[in-house]
Amino acid sequence: MAEIKVDCKGETCPVPLVETRKALRKAEPGDIVEVIGTHPSSKKEIPMAVKALGLELLELTEEGDIWRIRIRK
Amino acid sequence: MANNENNKATIIAHSGDMDKIYSALIVANGALAMGMEASIFFTFWGLQRLKKGGLERGPLSKMNMFGLGKWMVKRKMKAANAASLERMLQDFVELGGKILACDMTMAIMGIKKEDLRDDLISDYCAVGTYVSEARESAITLFI
Repeated sequence: MAEIKVDCKGETCPVPLVETRKALRKAEPGDIVEVIGTHPSSKKEIPMAVKALGLELLELTEEGDIWRIRIRK
Repeated sequence: MANNENNKATIIAHSGDMDKIYSALIVANGALAMGMEASIFFTFWGLQRLKKGGLERGPLSKMNMFGLGKWMVKRKMKAANAASLERMLQDFVELGGKILACDMTMAIMGIKKEDLRDDLISDYCAVGTYVSEARESAITLFI
C-alpha cells in the first residue's frame, strides 16, 4: 500500500479538487492519498468528491489555516 | 458510483472571452474531479481559443478596455495564484475530458485542422454529437 501526498497549499479553485482527483486516478486500490491545502471551500468539497467517487474519507484535520484530508482508494 | 446514468457534464463554449473560458474549464474540471464525465464543445468564438497559441488570447467579457481590464484581472489572478487556462486544459484532458471542435465554425471561419491544437481534440463534429452527449447529461451549459 502506497501513500501518496498532494501539497496544494496556496492553490485555489479548482486546483485542490483537480489534483486530488489526479492523484486518486493514479493510486491503486487500497492506497492512501493525503491532500494538504489552504483553500477554504476545498476542505468541504474534497469530501463531497470522495463520497461521489464512493471512496473512504479516513481523516480531516486542521491546524490553523492548513487542512489535511486522508482518503483511501 | 461513477457509472450512474446522467453522470455527465456537457458544456458549449460559444464565447471566446477569457473569463468565460475560465468558467467553462473550471466547471468541467470540477465535474471530472467529482467523478463525472465531461465534454466541452467549442464553437464560434470559443473555437478561436483552440487555435495554436490562442488559448489565452480572449478579451475580458466586461470592462476589457482595449486589454487594460484584462491585464488588471490577470494580475489579480496571478496574485491569487489562480491556475492558468493552459494548466486547466491539460488537467481536463488528463482527467479524461473530451474536447469537441465544431466543424461548421471551421468551415465558416476558414479554420483548418492544422490551425487547431489537434492533439487535444477528441473529435470534429456537429450538433448531433452535442445533442447525443447532452441528452445523457445531468449538467449542460451554454457559455
